[in-house]
Amino acid sequence: MAPARDRRTGFSRRRQYGLFLGYVLAIAGAVVGAVLLVASTFNPPLFSGLRMAAAGVTAPVSSMFAGIGSAAAEVPRFFNGWAFAHAENEALKRELARAKPLLMRARVIAYDNRRLRTLLAIRDRSAEPVVAARLVSSSASSGRRFAVLNAGRFNGVLPGMPVRASDGLVGRVTEAGPNAARVLLLSDADSIVPVRRTRDGLPAIAAGRADGTVDIRSVNATNVRFNAGDVFVTSGIGGLYAPGLPVAQVIAGGADTVVARTFAHPDSLDFALVERAFMPLPPPPSAPVAP
Amino acid sequence: MSPAADLDPFAPTLTPGRARALPWATVMAGSLVTTVPVIATVPILPPCGLLMLLAWRLLARFALRPWAAAPLGLFDDLLSGQPLGSAVLLWSLCFLAIDLMERRLVFRDFWQDWLIASGTIVLCLAGGRVIALPVGAHVDGALLAQGVVTILLFPVSARLVAWIDRKRGLA
Repeated sequence: MAPARDRRTGFSRRRQYGLFLGYVLAIAGAVVGAVLLVASTFNPPLFSGLRMAAAGVTAPVSSMFAGIGSAAAEVPRFFNGWAFAHAENEALKRELARAKPLLMRARVIAYDNRRLRTLLAIRDRSAEPVVAARLVSSSASSGRRFAVLNAGRFNGVLPGMPVRASDGLVGRVTEAGPNAARVLLLSDADSIVPVRRTRDGLPAIAAGRADGTVDIRSVNATNVRFNAGDVFVTSGIGGLYAPGLPVAQVIAGGADTVVARTFAHPDSLDFALVERAFMPLPPPPSAPVAP
Repeated sequence: MSPAADLDPFAPTLTPGRARALPWATVMAGSLVTTVPVIATVPILPPCGLLMLLAWRLLARFALRPWAAAPLGLFDDLLSGQPLGSAVLLWSLCFLAIDLMERRLVFRDFWQDWLIASGTIVLCLAGGRVIALPVGAHVDGALLAQGVVTILLFPVSARLVAWIDRKRGLA
C-alpha cells in the first residue's frame, strides 16, 4: 500500500489546525478513557444508568432473537418426542417406581421437620418471587460473567436481589434499568456466595473462577477434606440468599479449596426467577443533619 | 470486487454525510454482536467491534478520524461488560500506536497489516483482562483461544471493510 501523505497539509491554515486538533483530541480520548476507568474501578455502579439505558434498548431485540432460536429448536424436539416416546415412557415408569419410597421418606422427614421447627419456634422467612424472566444475552466477549435479564425496575427488580433457576442459584442482580437488569453470574471472579455442605453443614464459600465453575473454600477450619460429589447449598449468612438453595457440586476431591460445578446452567436456562433479598436491606446511612 | 463499479466509474455513490457515518455504523454494529442471545460461561465471542475498527484504520485510514476510537470505545464499553473506560483507553492507545508505526512503516502490504492488527488485538485482550479481572481468575486458556480466533478473523473483517469501502465511494 502506498504511503498516505496526509501530513503535508499545504498552506491551508484550516487544514493544518484541523489535523493538529485531531491528534490533540485523540490523546485527550486516551486520557479521558483512563479517568473513566479509574472512576469505574473505584465506584463500579457509577455508570450503571448509561449501561442500563443501552441494555434497555438491546434486551428486547435479544429476547426476540432468543424467541426465534427456541422456536427453531422446537421442531427437532417435536419429532424426537414422537420417535422416543416409548423408550422414554419406560424409563420414566422405572424412575417413578424408584422414587416412590424416597418420596414417602421425604414426606415423613418434612413432617418431622415442620413439627420440630414449631417446637423451636424458629421464625422462617420464605423467599418471595418478584418476577420470572429470561436471561437474554451475556458479556460473551469479556472475561467478566454478566448476563442481561429481560426485566427491570418496572417489574420490581432491584439491585441486590438473588436470581435462581429451578435447579439452583444463578447469581444476583447488580444493576437494574427500567426494562432490563444485569445479573452477576455465580462463576464471575467477583461473585462470592456463603454456602454449607448438605451432609454435615460445614460452612464454606463459593467463589467464581471465571471459567464457568466455582471454587469451594472452607472458611473457619483448616485441612478440611472435600469429596467428589459433595453438594453445597446456600447457608443464608449475610441475608441475601435464602438458605437451602442448591449452589454447586464438587467435581474432584481435595483439601481446603476444590473446584465445583454449579447446578444451574445459565447457558441452557429457560426462565430465571428473581426473588426478594432474604432479609430486607438496611436503610442507607442518612447524612448527619447540620444543627 | 464488483465488476459494476469497474465498468461504471460514474455510478452514484453515497452522499458525503452517509459515507462518513458508515464506518462508525459498522464498528458499532460489531460492538452490538454481544447482544446475541447466548449466555456464555467463558469468553467465546471475538471482540467484533475492535476487529472492524482495526480493519477500517489499517485499510482505509481516512475513514475514521484520529479521535474516533474514544467514542466508539465508549459505545463498546456500554455493551461488553468490561468496566467503563477500558475500551476507550485501549482503543485510543491502539490508534496512537498504529499512527506511530505508520510513520516508520510507510509501504505496507496486507501481511504487515495483519501483523499490526494481531499485535493490537493481543494487547487489547490482555489489557482488558488485566483491567477487568483479578490475577487469580482462570480465563487465560479461553482468552488465548479468543485471541487466536480474533486474529484469524481479521482477514474476514478486512474483506468486509474493503467491500463496504468500495460501495460507499470516496469519503
